[in-house]
Amino acid sequence: MSGSAIALDGVTFAYGATRVLEDVSLEVPEGEFLGIVGPNAGGKSTLLKLILGLLEPTAGRVRVLGRAPAEARHELGYLPQYPAFARDFPVTVGQVVLTGRLGRRRLLGGYGARDREMARWAMTRTEVADLAGRRIGTLSGGQLQRVLLARALACEPKILILDEPTSNIDQRVESDIFDLLRGLNRHITILVVSHDIAFISAYVHRVACLNRTLICHRTEAIDGGVIRDLYGGDVRRVAHSHSH
Amino acid sequence: MTEFFSALASHGFLQSALAAGLLASVGCGIMGTYVVVKRIGFLAGGIAHTVLGGMGAALYYGHDPMLGALLAAVASALVIGWITLRFREHEDTLISALWAVGMAVGVLFLARTPGYGVDLMSYLFGNILLVPREDLWLMAALDAVLVGTVLALYRPLLAVAFDEEFARLRGLPVTFLYLLLLCLVALTVVLLIRVVGLILVIALLTLPAAIATQYAATLGRMMVLAVALGAALTSTGLALSYAPDLPAGPTIIVLAGGAYLLSTLARQLLPRGSG
Repeated sequence: MSGSAIALDGVTFAYGATRVLEDVSLEVPEGEFLGIVGPNAGGKSTLLKLILGLLEPTAGRVRVLGRAPAEARHELGYLPQYPAFARDFPVTVGQVVLTGRLGRRRLLGGYGARDREMARWAMTRTEVADLAGRRIGTLSGGQLQRVLLARALACEPKILILDEPTSNIDQRVESDIFDLLRGLNRHITILVVSHDIAFISAYVHRVACLNRTLICHRTEAIDGGVIRDLYGGDVRRVAHSHSH
Repeated sequence: MTEFFSALASHGFLQSALAAGLLASVGCGIMGTYVVVKRIGFLAGGIAHTVLGGMGAALYYGHDPMLGALLAAVASALVIGWITLRFREHEDTLISALWAVGMAVGVLFLARTPGYGVDLMSYLFGNILLVPREDLWLMAALDAVLVGTVLALYRPLLAVAFDEEFARLRGLPVTFLYLLLLCLVALTVVLLIRVVGLILVIALLTLPAAIATQYAATLGRMMVLAVALGAALTSTGLALSYAPDLPAGPTIIVLAGGAYLLSTLARQLLPRGSG
């Protein structure tokens, strides 16, 4: 594991006159499991969109796997915070996971044997293989997140980017999903946005705290002072383990 | 009903009407599936009504009205597509404006067209009983184009209809596929408008697919079911309208609306299956 998966250099982003991110520099080495925390509207989702190349920085530079984000896009797997689709859409779990293969094949015609094999592998890895024939609208929140994770894995990503992957599901399922991510991290660089520092610090190598600027990016440095800086309120001191 | 079946055996115009209804069901069932799942019924309505402006202009300047309809439909599909991609927050206002102005322009041209007056009602509701044989071939050709395109692009079209953002991140040509979808809807509208009328095109584009989405687990099955429902509704509507001499188009529409209402109520009252 060497080289940097993601490199942000002095990145500033503004929606009109409102600066959402200011002078953010961050380097994510290949193989890292990085958590990003911060208050709502602190710029977390904007940061992910810059990495995905969906937004262009107002100033500064973003490189993904040494390339411009839009060029490296097919190497990324992405799980949005809010699914952009209607839950009652007539599509099965298997079909959704197979759409993860679309960027890697020509536009016309059907899926190949390798596409099906990768989709099956991804569903087995996320333990949703037995749901393959189910309509997407019949899944629980936790099952849906696993299916979307399978779709992201079917892309064969080098980097996995997750925006609040467990915000709508219960706590037991949350640990299951993070255990799964920890396993995947052996081969894939992972970036996860969360609101729950205490929980993710048990899993990630490093936490970046983002509130317009990057306040810190070391697990050990998070204490009551930093959290007060970050959220601006009187936050109860959180205990966290240093498992890495 | 029995009167209809004995008339069907002896009258060529009824056979043509039945064939027109069945062919219309194929195109409408396939494109209607995308219209319903992508929730672009309003866009389809806008395209359909703008077509009237093109037909009116073509008649006024002495060209084939179908040529005017085709140009207006493709132009409005592209304009409406551009509006939804660029000005999403004003989408409904802009499409409403296009819808109303397109139709008004058509009525103005028709009012000024010299010669005997062109019947506006026949464009709105069509007359399925007066479909010429050669139009049936045109409809069959359109159905072949639609089925061919959808078979070739089923998977990327599914990805774009299901999750546009994800499709874009996978590097699919989302804008192209979206505009292609709208142009196919426009093509469906144009070739069916003379046969079944503007209002029936919209009814057939939305209602059979809307019923199908309550039962089908995949887009493909939804298309098949929507085509079958469309065929059943147009045939039954035609048969019901024959003996009491009711206009066929509106009878089919009311029947389709009733079927949708009943199906929705049944789904609400009965326990839900897994779909």
